[in-house]
Amino acid sequence: MAFKGAIEVDTQRCKGCSVCVENCPTKSIGLSRSVNNKGYHYAEMIADTCIGCSNCAVVCPDSVITVYRVKIQ
Amino acid sequence: MNLEDIKKPENIVYRKTPLLTDAIMHYCPGCSHGTVHKIIAEVIDEMGIQDKTIAISPVGCSVFAYNYIDVDWQEAAHGRAPALATATKRLNPDKYVFTYQGDGDLASIGTAEIIHACSRGENIVVIFINNGIYGMTGGQMAPTTLLGMKTATTPYGRDAKLNGFPMVIAPMIAQLDGTAFITRQAVHTAAAARKAKAAIRKAFEYSMKDIGLSFVEIVATCNSGWKMSPVEANKWMVENMFAKYPLGDIKDVLK
Repeated sequence: MAFKGAIEVDTQRCKGCSVCVENCPTKSIGLSRSVNNKGYHYAEMIADTCIGCSNCAVVCPDSVITVYRVKIQ
Repeated sequence: MNLEDIKKPENIVYRKTPLLTDAIMHYCPGCSHGTVHKIIAEVIDEMGIQDKTIAISPVGCSVFAYNYIDVDWQEAAHGRAPALATATKRLNPDKYVFTYQGDGDLASIGTAEIIHACSRGENIVVIFINNGIYGMTGGQMAPTTLLGMKTATTPYGRDAKLNGFPMVIAPMIAQLDGTAFITRQAVHTAAAARKAKAAIRKAFEYSMKDIGLSFVEIVATCNSGWKMSPVEANKWMVENMFAKYPLGDIKDVLK
């Protein structure tokens, strides 16, 4: 069984600490080129390889990540 | 399947717990406090004890913890959170009472309070954030600062002859008969954060069994105080802090 996931980042609350980037097992998350209202490079999905494991959201100090996951046959 | 098809409410597997308020945390980017607040809020949410929890906030960076976790809070004088928690728990034995303290608060000015609360065997939970530095006031040496570690007040590194040795609280209070559960955890990776969450849940459950004080130490980072990026600080913590403060359970009277 395989999973496919997606994340949604509350970009205005993200502080761009990149702890999520280090914790992503599939390297699907990175920091954006653009900045939010506070001047931080926020986290975003950079590849379509997310498996919805929630590691990024669990370590996020500001709880800005929502994780979605579906089973694919 | 494209991403918009996945992003539907029925597919959510992880979201911010409703026990965390919408206030934006004042902590620096990558600070461990945010992660620890979150796992405490998740534990309270999963146990369904929001209306039965009373928390005591310390003095330090986490002094504003009451703005972030939606339970009842009291603010203690510097280091005196265990004393306030003692009174709160004795007057409300049916409530879950926990204190949230940093190493400057608990290991320095509040040493007497924590040791005597442990010795009396109060049925409270103590969450101890150990990042080896006074973060709020600008990165001065704390009792838990490692030997050789540079801080604002030890610019050439902590020297045992001049500044004494690091204070290791958890094994010290494990010798006291009043403590029930003592563990040391971290939140730098998802696996560590999940283990820390399980430990905090166990501590909350023990606090209702009338067997003594439960103490959860979290080895944490202060990337601003350590003058590193959050990711570098996590690596530095693994390489240096864990040697002096190894993770794992130190005492569990029910095992």
